[in-house]
Amino acid sequence: MKTGPATATNGQPTRPTRGLEELDASSRDLTLHNGARASVPVPEGKEAKISTEDLRVYFGKTRVLHGVNLAVVKGAVTAIIGPSGCGKSTYLRCLNRMHEITPGARVEGRILLDDQDIHGSWIDPVLVRRRVGMVFQKPNPFPTMSIRENVLAGITLNGLRATDTDGVVERRLRQVALWDEVKDNLGRSGSSLSGGQQQRLCIARALALEPEVLLMDEPCSALDPIATARVEELIHELKESYTIVIVTHNMQQAGRVADYTAFFYMGELVEFDRTDVIFTQPKESRTEDYITGRFG
Amino acid sequence: MQKHTDREYESELETLRERVLLMGATVEQLIGAALDAFERRDVALAQQTIENDDQIDHLEVEIDRLCLRILALRQPVASDLRFITMSLKLVTDLERSGDLAVNVSERVVELGSFPSMPAHELICRMGSLAQGMLRDALDAFVTGDALKAQAVAERDNSVDALYEQLFPELGAIMRADPESVESATRLQSIGKYVERLADHATNIAEMVVFMVRGQDVRHGFEVARVGRR
Repeated sequence: MKTGPATATNGQPTRPTRGLEELDASSRDLTLHNGARASVPVPEGKEAKISTEDLRVYFGKTRVLHGVNLAVVKGAVTAIIGPSGCGKSTYLRCLNRMHEITPGARVEGRILLDDQDIHGSWIDPVLVRRRVGMVFQKPNPFPTMSIRENVLAGITLNGLRATDTDGVVERRLRQVALWDEVKDNLGRSGSSLSGGQQQRLCIARALALEPEVLLMDEPCSALDPIATARVEELIHELKESYTIVIVTHNMQQAGRVADYTAFFYMGELVEFDRTDVIFTQPKESRTEDYITGRFG
Repeated sequence: MQKHTDREYESELETLRERVLLMGATVEQLIGAALDAFERRDVALAQQTIENDDQIDHLEVEIDRLCLRILALRQPVASDLRFITMSLKLVTDLERSGDLAVNVSERVVELGSFPSMPAHELICRMGSLAQGMLRDALDAFVTGDALKAQAVAERDNSVDALYEQLFPELGAIMRADPESVESATRLQSIGKYVERLADHATNIAEMVVFMVRGQDVRHGFEVARVGRR
């Protein structure tokens, strides 16, 4: 995984995050760890599914996220963009407590899932990960399992029982538009599928656990344009029922799939706004330079 | 602003900027010549101006092609996107301005020599205002000066005010001397062309404001951000 920039400083964010000035009707006011005041803007008429407040993340002594205040809007797609090492994957992995699996990793600040702190002592991280599923960059179906077993893997490994496993398999494979392609060969190995099919199988596997949030870490970077278009189409359909956060290097993809876009740079959230605003009229010159290709 | 990491993209944007500037300068020159021909009743200059319009049409086609190419191949965003889409729109106003300069010249040729009258002077004043507006709008485009562009748009009212004076002026002439109807109606047309030139300069100025600030100031709207619902 990306561990943030080697040059990351432990300095305070120098500027507040820009964007959403006109939309933060329901922003939540915060007092940061250093006593400063901040707010997490929530677009008007929307609800935050996840809120990160003053989120600081460390690998050993190196701080890679410097206090991120961001609301992930319920039932919408939020894209996180930024150069390699800006902390976007680290941020994503914090949202379902996967970050803490990395040795030496530490998280400060709060992450609220439906207003509940996911680091609360009474919270089981496994349950958090069931509610907040993840799809990775490289399609990773379990190689020794069949297509059918892959779909059910999350349920089986969590010790859960589904009463109608055939129904679960068909429903989830239909949901990711894979059913017609594989229905006659459900016993085939998951790794016999094409890259794009494997990725959709992994999404079906994540959906079988009925998560509320789906985190996607560059889900299309290993796929060809047609397979990418299928996954993007799927994202459009899924946002009806799920909250989606997608990390992507492909800015056109952020433009195509995301309702909101957050630009991260050097461990800071620089700007957050509606995607069309970010791509036509960003407020911060760092955002402008990055999205127009004027960096470095 | 920093340069693009991709130097080829940077040079495509630079070429586009140069072509738009060349077209702007050519249109300015054409309008200058047409108004000069009108002021001095110079039929030969008017005839030459009519022939010079071709270059503007060629530039319009070339700029359209450049914009489409960049849009298709580079997927521009933010200030680059605003620059390219505004260039696409701006050339239409420039091309129409060139056509109006030709229309002025055609009427000058038809008028030939005509007696001095206050209406002529009035139109000359409108012409120099409209010409100044176009020059400043194009300057604002070059320097990315939204304030200057906004000031241009506000100057359109003074051209309109002079244009309103033109009607009674020409009406009086025609009533007094029915023989003058032919030349008076041509003067009226020239007045209309010049008034439209100022409108095109206003459009260009408003585009420059959008290009620089992302702020739509057309039709009295002041929508702070793109696409804001």
